[in-house]
Amino acid sequence: MAASGNTRLRLETVKLTALFGQLRAVRDVSLLFPAHTVTAIIGPSGCGKSTMLRCLNRMHELTPGASVTGEVLLDEMNIYAAGVNAVELRRRIGMVFQRPTPFPTMSIYDNVAAGLRVNGRKPGAEISESVERALQQAALWDEVKDRLHTSALALSGGQQQRLCIARAVAPQPEILLLDEPTASLDPAGTQRIEELCHALKTLYTIVIVTHNMQQAARVSDYTAFMYLGSLIEVGKTNEIFTKPKVEQTEAYITGRFG
Amino acid sequence: MTGVVVLFSFVAVLALVLILGNLLLKGATSINWDFFTKNPVPAGQTGGGVANAIVGTGIIVALAALIGVPIGVGAGMYLAEYGGGRFGFLVRFVADVLNGTPSIVIGIVGWTFIVRPTGHFSALAGSVSLAILMIPMLARTTEEMVRLVPNSLREAALALGYARWRTSLKVVARTALGGIVTGCLVGIARIAGETAPLLFTALGNLNFSLSVNHPMQTLSLQIYVYGTGPFEEWHRLAWASALVLMGLVLIISLAARWVTRQRYGSIR
Repeated sequence: MAASGNTRLRLETVKLTALFGQLRAVRDVSLLFPAHTVTAIIGPSGCGKSTMLRCLNRMHELTPGASVTGEVLLDEMNIYAAGVNAVELRRRIGMVFQRPTPFPTMSIYDNVAAGLRVNGRKPGAEISESVERALQQAALWDEVKDRLHTSALALSGGQQQRLCIARAVAPQPEILLLDEPTASLDPAGTQRIEELCHALKTLYTIVIVTHNMQQAARVSDYTAFMYLGSLIEVGKTNEIFTKPKVEQTEAYITGRFG
Repeated sequence: MTGVVVLFSFVAVLALVLILGNLLLKGATSINWDFFTKNPVPAGQTGGGVANAIVGTGIIVALAALIGVPIGVGAGMYLAEYGGGRFGFLVRFVADVLNGTPSIVIGIVGWTFIVRPTGHFSALAGSVSLAILMIPMLARTTEEMVRLVPNSLREAALALGYARWRTSLKVVARTALGGIVTGCLVGIARIAGETAPLLFTALGNLNFSLSVNHPMQTLSLQIYVYGTGPFEEWHRLAWASALVLMGLVLIISLAARWVTRQRYGSIR
């Protein structure tokens, strides 16, 4: 297991299995995400890494016919236990998707504030402060501070994705889930997002799913390799990429399959 | 091939041009200030206007929209967001059947369930009949518009800790709003010209009336009565009424186009 002894535990899966009907997309995965680290989940298409990520904030169950067995522990509380409110849980776990998803009817400001307003009314000054902080954290503030009340759709793809990161971090979640966040971006945009991962891990525990092995090597502290729904190997990123213990992992990261 | 298609579209447009041209030719001369402000005069006399019919059309259509829009749009939202099951299938099927029901049948329904129990014709019965005509139309167009909203937006809102209802309302419905409003305007334009559902319900009224509990005149009923009447003066007014009604529908359609264009233009 990846966690070193003195790192405070934040998120852990125990024998997690995710199903679409009868199909087991994720099989018996037990994985630890230590606090304030970046964990990358890599693997070929269809290996279940995105599904795995969607189990961590209970988004998987929204797909018709989808179900989950096993446990996901957030600070030792099973988020699948009876009585856990999935909607409230998702406010503690931010998520960013493959493609930028700014709300098209909202301004830049309202997009970032969207997650702040779900918890009842807050004074405007408090929201403004949080919006600015989130945009700073997403390294977007300087580019948009003069046009906060214009449409979010006028931003470039890379800016839109950083806006989505700002929207996700504005409510100050504890965990940040990134599902191939640079898949639709150009190299410059990708680099900015990767830099953000480094900066944001002091504040959040980050789990990133990526197709791109160089990216995993650049941004993560730990790397988990999944294949056909199963966890094949997990360890410190530099160890996984330099001396993997399992044959399949080596084959994948050297490009022999996948 | 292209020539054939062009010919057909020319024929289609020609029909509209002929109708509009004919209306303008025969109706425009009768349109004056009196036409809009005066009520009909007794048969055989000249002069008078159709103020009662214009106001009546406004009241009956507005009341129908007041009843039909919330139900139709609500049903459409339901079908798009939650209508995957057996009940959704049923609602969709019923809406499609209702959409194809001849409007005179809807009028008979209004007569059976409102006019007969209350014992008198009324504008309200007319509005309810028009609303029944409108609801399935709005339900289906709203459903289509809401379905156009990408699922990724729903997921983004849900991942942000939005409850399902809030996601539907604040993100999905707002994104589809332009399309929904367009659908409503097209629906209103459609019922504004309906005659058959009103024959057994609103009945028509030669006097000015503002009471929804009594028979009320509309432009379409006026055209029907005057157009089939024996007096030259009535025919003149019928042509003018048709022109006004056509203009009204045209204005609503243009408004619908304008809203649609706003939707694809820049926001705010």
